[in-house]
Amino acid sequence: MNKTRYNKFRQIREILVKNSMFILTVISLVFALVIGTSLYFKSEPILEKQSIGTLLGGESWKPLKGEFGFYPFIMGTIWVTAISVLLSLPLCLLAAIYLSEYAHPYVKKVVYPMIDVLAGIPPVIYGVWGILVIVPFISEKLAPHFVEFSTGYSILAGGIVLAIMIIPLMISVFIEIFDSLPGGLREASLSLGATNWQTIKKVVLRKSFPGLAAAVVLAISRAFGETIAVLMVCGNVSEVPKSVFDPAYPLPALIANNYGEMMSIPLYDSALMLSALLLFVIILAFNAISRLVLNRIEKNFAL
Amino acid sequence: MKHRSIKKVEEGIFKGLMIIATLTIVISLFMIVVAIVKRGLPAMSWDMVSKIPSGGFYLGKEGGLLNAIIGSVYIVIGSVTLGLCSSLPIVLYLNLYLSEKSRLAQVTRLSFDVLFGIPSIVYGAFGFTLMVYLGLRSSLLAGILTVTILIIPILIRSIDEVMRRVPKEMKDAALSLGATKSEIIKPMLKQVVPGIITAVLLAVGRGIGDAASVLFTAGYTDSIPTSFSQPVATLPLAIFFQLSSPISEVQDRAYAAALILTFIVLLLSIFARIFSRKFSKNKI
Repeated sequence: MNKTRYNKFRQIREILVKNSMFILTVISLVFALVIGTSLYFKSEPILEKQSIGTLLGGESWKPLKGEFGFYPFIMGTIWVTAISVLLSLPLCLLAAIYLSEYAHPYVKKVVYPMIDVLAGIPPVIYGVWGILVIVPFISEKLAPHFVEFSTGYSILAGGIVLAIMIIPLMISVFIEIFDSLPGGLREASLSLGATNWQTIKKVVLRKSFPGLAAAVVLAISRAFGETIAVLMVCGNVSEVPKSVFDPAYPLPALIANNYGEMMSIPLYDSALMLSALLLFVIILAFNAISRLVLNRIEKNFAL
Repeated sequence: MKHRSIKKVEEGIFKGLMIIATLTIVISLFMIVVAIVKRGLPAMSWDMVSKIPSGGFYLGKEGGLLNAIIGSVYIVIGSVTLGLCSSLPIVLYLNLYLSEKSRLAQVTRLSFDVLFGIPSIVYGAFGFTLMVYLGLRSSLLAGILTVTILIIPILIRSIDEVMRRVPKEMKDAALSLGATKSEIIKPMLKQVVPGIITAVLLAVGRGIGDAASVLFTAGYTDSIPTSFSQPVATLPLAIFFQLSSPISEVQDRAYAAALILTFIVLLLSIFARIFSRKFSKNKI
């Protein structure tokens, strides 16, 4: 008698646990949607006043006069991101090939934890490092060879700092992709008389190209949204940059820098929310695409 | 004969380049740590970690960073607790009730992979809108909530990775003995304790170092908060604000704060390493 009651209790508990977990999972799924819509509603006032084209293409940023042109910020973001990827991609590719194809297990044992540590360092520390090392280096050593004057707070500084910041992400995804390639492919190539390097060039790199591209997109979106480090070293001048030694004002820095004062100026908070929405949508799309590609690769090679 | 030597030279050149690239990455890590230590160490003192800022602190007078250290600890403890409470059920649901191939499981995993990539400034902006909507001011509570949102994807992704590797036979054995699925939760969790600890350490590292998410939500203050509705200082913001000061003593404190933060983060990643030795897959 007691036993049946106990079993009934177990069944009810099972149903309760299962359903509450299910509900929580579903809530977590709509979460991205909630973020997106709330940012959209917040940025609606400015979208009603001005067309998205004039907002994105406008060059003048004068919130007091009601002019909100995002073009300088978008260009700043693109410049900084492009430089960081250009700098880190060759480094990561070479290092990842070395670590997965050539390196002695002992080397891996030493280098992998270091990459992990690099990944764990907070952005603000990278920013401090940028101010201590990179900014003076650019203004004193590098810039005088090319331009008359640069404070060092520039696109290049932002690009270098970001490049170091995205290295851990890029390199670890690269290594994962190389490691997931079936060993038979390499052996087939080597047994035909190809050297190690020829195998890498003609087989490994070619076969893993989609994955590498997805990893780069992932790294781009990381660089795109990085805020504090960029804010600290880019100089934050809202003009379209002309050279890499010019200061820039990337979108995330714009949001972070202006939050305190925006309340009193009409449409200002709406404009900032619009830039957050832009970041959110672009990065969401980039991430979704590259994750889908990476998942597919993992599945195909898992056999 | 000649062809072969060209092949060898090419391979040699590229191998050299690869070694240089790997060394560059390793050296840049050391450069960062050395630069922070070199600048931060002279500014460090016992007062820095044991006192809150007193009058004239921002003009270069007495005081320390205790407010920011305690604030960061409060935020991290709060958000990791909340984060675990909401991410453990989700991970358990994925692994206990859903099969590997189920649509819901795939979509959920993908969505957390994607949320993991969303920059913290967007979470900060979202947290701020939420705060305004609820009528909250910048406070400890708002900071905790925003950081929780930030670290949930980290927790879920890394706990899930470990839990997926719990042998299916274990579940089957328990079920065949008549256990309900919810009764397997306890043994399942026991299996993945090291994985959970690693995930928590990763999340703490991310949460304690992130500035963009707490910038508008947690505020900044010179005192240690005594309730959830008071604003709270954090280490990354202490660095960020004090570095922009023109007074060099105040800047020194930013470097001291940077040293403290770097030390904490390095310690965390060493511990995470020790716990995850058995489960060594990349979690970035």
